[in-house]
Amino acid sequence: MAGPFDSLCEKIHEYCGSPALAGRGVQIMEVCGTHTVAIAQSGLRGLLPEALRLISGPGCPVCVTDRSYVDQALWLASGEDSTAELPIIATYGDMVRVPGSRGSLAQARAGGAQVAVVSSADQAVTLAKANPDRQVVFLAVGFETTAPGTALAVLRARDEGVSNFSALTAHKLILPAMRALLSGGEAKIDGFLCPGHVSVILGWAAYDEIVRDFGRPCVVAGFDPGNIVKGVEAILAQLVAGRPAACSVYPAVAHDGNARALKLLDEVFEPADATWRALGVIPSSGLALREEFAEFDAARRFNPPAEDSSDDPRCLCGEVITGRARPRQCALFGRECTPREPVGPCMVSSEGACATAYKYERDE
Amino acid sequence: MNEPVIQLAHGGGGQMSAELLAEVILPALGGEVPARELMRGLTDSAVLEHVGSRIAFTTDSYVVQPLEFPGGDIGKLAICGTVNDLAVAGAAPRALSLALVLAEGLAVDVLRRVLRSAADAAREASVSIVTGDTKVVERGALDGMVINTAGLGEMLPQARLGFERIGEGDRIVLSGPLGEHGLAVMCRREGLGLASELQSDCAAIHVLTGALLAELGADVHFMRDPTRGGLAAILAEIAQGARRDIEIDQRSIPTNPTAVAAAEILGLDLLTVANEGKLVAVVSADSADRAAQVLAKHGIASQAAVIGTVAAARDGPLVEMVTHVGGRRVVQMPYGEELPRIC
Repeated sequence: MAGPFDSLCEKIHEYCGSPALAGRGVQIMEVCGTHTVAIAQSGLRGLLPEALRLISGPGCPVCVTDRSYVDQALWLASGEDSTAELPIIATYGDMVRVPGSRGSLAQARAGGAQVAVVSSADQAVTLAKANPDRQVVFLAVGFETTAPGTALAVLRARDEGVSNFSALTAHKLILPAMRALLSGGEAKIDGFLCPGHVSVILGWAAYDEIVRDFGRPCVVAGFDPGNIVKGVEAILAQLVAGRPAACSVYPAVAHDGNARALKLLDEVFEPADATWRALGVIPSSGLALREEFAEFDAARRFNPPAEDSSDDPRCLCGEVITGRARPRQCALFGRECTPREPVGPCMVSSEGACATAYKYERDE
Repeated sequence: MNEPVIQLAHGGGGQMSAELLAEVILPALGGEVPARELMRGLTDSAVLEHVGSRIAFTTDSYVVQPLEFPGGDIGKLAICGTVNDLAVAGAAPRALSLALVLAEGLAVDVLRRVLRSAADAAREASVSIVTGDTKVVERGALDGMVINTAGLGEMLPQARLGFERIGEGDRIVLSGPLGEHGLAVMCRREGLGLASELQSDCAAIHVLTGALLAELGADVHFMRDPTRGGLAAILAEIAQGARRDIEIDQRSIPTNPTAVAAAEILGLDLLTVANEGKLVAVVSADSADRAAQVLAKHGIASQAAVIGTVAAARDGPLVEMVTHVGGRRVVQMPYGEELPRIC
């Protein structure tokens, strides 16, 4: 049966067979976990040439969150800071099952900790207002997509005097991670399929610096398979022509992004060094609350210990999110590490590369 | 009964229990029959006559939050769920038990509404609630209420169903769009605006199973209702049980656009979301189109379609789906609770 993208796919095959690219494998990194899922759910890989590989990048918020952060959340959940009553930990659903050094929030909840799943930072503020006698700590993770929500929540908490609300922030910025990957040079990345949601905030011009400094095509695509194929085609066209550029095939993304959201981020946060799982500390790659919002910073309010904690040495999550390994190359994949009993975060998050490969793709 | 909320004493077996039964539970369930008359007839067991010689027997406990959701409530769910378990076994539902575990503090009005809705659902499914029980537990021990229903059904003579009857070339028939129940409940819980448009598909499907068996008889090889775990779980079970591969075609799966949008927002795979009024049937290839036609005559299955084929197992039993774009993906048994994603 004819597929809806037959002509686009034909072009992609043509590009891969052209003198510029024939004989060399092309690796395109989809930076965002939502892309990873869309690609696997639609079975796109089967329609593309074998020489073209789509590899997952560090764009799944859960996957890049360092284990020490989960440990801090667990420490807060256990009430070890000796506040009279256990605080309520408000978190996005994905984080609940991520293993820290001593279990996960799901296990802590079964043991009596108060863990509430919310779908927005604003809900956490509402929760705090409804429980004025309890501390509510929001686990603020994610990229430029979720950070504006945290900013709004902090502003609301300030304006409405919700003093029992705080955020344990681990927000991250996507561009420094892309730069770190290319500077590290360990993974062969020929081009980036840039995340639609993040780019709605950032604007596609934000990727100009990657093109300028590293000469890699950066094409923003949306999340339906047709748009993804279109993005891949645009990257290949640039590679064949030898003219890398930043652009967008996703109509929702503007050149300069969302000025209001960017202003909001700037008002509430300042750039800070951040620890990424597998990538380590990357300078100015995260967002910290500005001094004037310090009272809503859970790290300053409760001072949770920040201890180094190492992942299971056999877990390849770090290699997977940096494009150096594919999920099935990990010895734990599908054996000791499954969505039911995950060892690493890539198997926990519904958008993790390992969970996606496990759920949707056959053995290679 | 004057109390607006349930108290522990309502489960104590004394006067307050009797009041709850006589003034709330029996009137809500009993319809036209005066409660006093019903009270007089109450004994420790129901006695059933003329139930037949091959009996299907099933039980299920129902927990759902919120107790009332768009398209249904825990009462309707508790009746339809158990009726459906009987139906897909090839039985005609005959009698149900209904046991309530109530949390102290539950509003009596909510209880009344839920029970009326259970009574309506039972009436629509032509099945009687013949026995029941009520307990009350301390506030906080559970969320509102839990209902357990058990059901007795009389096996239909045409029913010859089982994994062993599933063969290569058989077709998979699905009665309608996926995910409406799970998403209606989740949207309500998450406060998503879509909740107003999206209704749970909660319904009794014994009319569908009865019609299929009456029209196609032994050509129906297997039936299931895709509840928790969704279509993905049922197909994985069928593949495992029949030791065969299954291939479904996404393009032939009926959809509800609102459910598709809600699943996208919540980051959920529609195939793994719960349904409460759908039927999956495995039928012989020759009868597949007719099966879809027979189902489509009923309002709750107007979008029924043939969605896949049973094939010989290649590596181990595996379910695969040809996607909208012509690609292929594996359909896995979901591991448990699906978590809404971050962004």
